Amino acid sequence: MTKKTSSTFQEKAKAAIDKKAALGEDIDLKKYTGKDSEIPYHKDPSELPSDVKERMLGAGVILEDTSQRSGTYLQMDNMPVHYSTTQEGVEVMPVSQALEKYDWMPDYWWKAVAVDQDKYTANIELNNYDGYFIRALKGQKTVFPVQACLYLAKEKMVQNVHNIIIAEEGSELHIITGCTAAVREEFGLHVGVSEFYIKKGAKVTFTMIHSWNPDTAVRPRTGAFVEDNGLFMSNYLLMKPVHSIQMNPTVRCVGENSTVRYNSILVAVPGSSLDIGTRVLLNAKGARTEIISRAITTGGDITARGYIEGNAPEVKGHLECRGLILGEKGSIYSIPELKGNLANIDLSHEAAIGKIAEEEVEYLMARGLTKAEATAAIVRGFLHVDIEGLPPLLSAELKKAVDASEKEVM
Amino acid sequence: MLKIKDLSVAVEGKEIIHDVNLSIHSGETHVLFGPNGAGKSTLLMSIMGFPKYTITKGSITFKGKDITHMSLDERARMGIGMSFQRPPVVRGVKTRDMIAACLKQSNDSVEIAKLADKADMSDFLERDINYGFSGGEIKRSELMQLLAQKPELTLLDEPESGVDLVNIALIGNLMNDLLEKNCPIQVRKCMGLIITHTGHILDYVNARTGYVMCDGTIGCVGDPHEILNTIRERGYDECIQCYLGRIPPND
Ligand SMILES: Nc1ncnc2c1ncn2[C@@H]1O[C@H](COP(=O)(O)OP(=O)(O)OP(=O)(O)O)[C@@H](O)[C@H]1O
Ligand SMILES: [Mg+2]
Repeated sequence: MTKKTSSTFQEKAKAAIDKKAALGEDIDLKKYTGKDSEIPYHKDPSELPSDVKERMLGAGVILEDTSQRSGTYLQMDNMPVHYSTTQEGVEVMPVSQALEKYDWMPDYWWKAVAVDQDKYTANIELNNYDGYFIRALKGQKTVFPVQACLYLAKEKMVQNVHNIIIAEEGSELHIITGCTAAVREEFGLHVGVSEFYIKKGAKVTFTMIHSWNPDTAVRPRTGAFVEDNGLFMSNYLLMKPVHSIQMNPTVRCVGENSTVRYNSILVAVPGSSLDIGTRVLLNAKGARTEIISRAITTGGDITARGYIEGNAPEVKGHLECRGLILGEKGSIYSIPELKGNLANIDLSHEAAIGKIAEEEVEYLMARGLTKAEATAAIVRGFLHVDIEGLPPLLSAELKKAVDASEKEVM
Repeated sequence: MLKIKDLSVAVEGKEIIHDVNLSIHSGETHVLFGPNGAGKSTLLMSIMGFPKYTITKGSITFKGKDITHMSLDERARMGIGMSFQRPPVVRGVKTRDMIAACLKQSNDSVEIAKLADKADMSDFLERDINYGFSGGEIKRSELMQLLAQKPELTLLDEPESGVDLVNIALIGNLMNDLLEKNCPIQVRKCMGLIITHTGHILDYVNARTGYVMCDGTIGCVGDPHEILNTIRERGYDECIQCYLGRIPPND
């Protein structure tokens, strides 16, 4: 990236380059190389090697037949290797290009995520890393999702991305992001900053599927602003082995009657450590949020956080965390937090953690299922969350992704 | 045929059923009466094979096979089916999935739709099983699942309790399907054991044998209509006397 956005960001970043993150195991950035792999631009992404395509497909990114996609962005390590759109009114390009193209970009740069949040955000700014820029123009309603894939190709690599997503007034934008890596024994690190700006009456669904390696560490840093009557719906799926993930996105409902829905489906296998939260600040009258997480451990450790803050009248928020502990090892730590700053609000939470209820297994066994079949049916039901308002196509994609990973759990 | 011999059952270390004997021949439906807490549900759960119900004595034979120590799911696959008095909610498992399980894991959507229509449960197929179901809806859902399962021995635990008068007819017809219509008389193999307090179901199934259970023991055997009349007139005292009558005098 060539164009500097502001020297103040650089200064703030410099000051924060050793600042440890508030949560999660500290990662030594020096362990990783950030040097660019030489990966050429691919005009036709279906020409990528088949093993790469297969991994991408496992994260919901289709390259063979893109008729059900309105755009595609692919980044391997730190190189954008393909970007295109088939839908008028939807822009997909590397963020470096958007910085060149639009002089208003500073309005969206480090506004939803603080550049000095921690050393990971600082590192991205100081090294001018690229990422995707996805924007739906005013009133543009897309049916098919834009897909983005962030692919970790080389071992010992740190992949840094800085993404900007803008849904202009009255637009509708669906995004599927698949984050994955080549099958590797070696360690790798992915750090992704994503800033969402959802304008008046706009609707954004963001479905993110993570499919890493047992030795990958992941530190996403996400922030969003939702304006009047805007809707932000995020679905996060992590069912594959990973070394450590920590993220705690913050969504600010700044517009009246804005709505935020967050769904997370988390599976921690032995050796995986997940610390995943969602923070929603209800800052405008009538704003609503629902945060749902389903966590399963088959031996790994999960911390599931949720935080809702009510700062304006008539806001409503609900947190739901359900955890299943399958097997002898593994832990789930659920931390639901609510903060109300005035009387006229309605915040609630429910959390339940345990093993599968014996009584439920027996109910299904009384219908002829074996114990294993009954358990599988209950786990499948636990993972398949009906997400209110998610378009059928996206629901089908999510279901496909859950089905594909189900075997890991059973 | 179902043959229960000298059966005693303990739940969490406490014996609840004592020395029960009972036989149901192919094609027959029997009715079980008895006051609250008598052990009726416990007996049904024991026949179905729930692991919490420990058989401490006696045996259960079904279709000529000793099933006393057979697991719950094996018994279900052998042809025993039961409607639950208070089935659990299973979040994420749809009513449709339950019927599919009952249809031996077949996902025949035409068949599923037909069964749902019959039980007036079409609007429930995509709902989590038993989640927010009313008492009557649970009863219909349970019978619908059994219709899919087609057991040879149907165990019904108060299928009509809490059901309104209109729905009683629907439930009655479903039971009739389950125990009679689906089992042509010439080759009728279906057997039933039904717990009831009200006796309403006697209008819908052809039951000629009834029992009264008290304190974990079967006291009386007789015509279910007569038993019902006696209970209506004199409560369970008659049954208890009948039961006491069988105890050898002390001296
Ligand atoms: N888990 C248990 N631990 C201890 N006692 C139990 C347990 N389960 C059942 N019981 C007792 O066994 C007795 C029989 O219960 P059961 O449910 O079989 O009665 P029932 O005849 O079906 O009564 P109702 O007509 O009220 O349904 C009751 O006294 C009950 O409290
Ligand atoms: Mg009972």
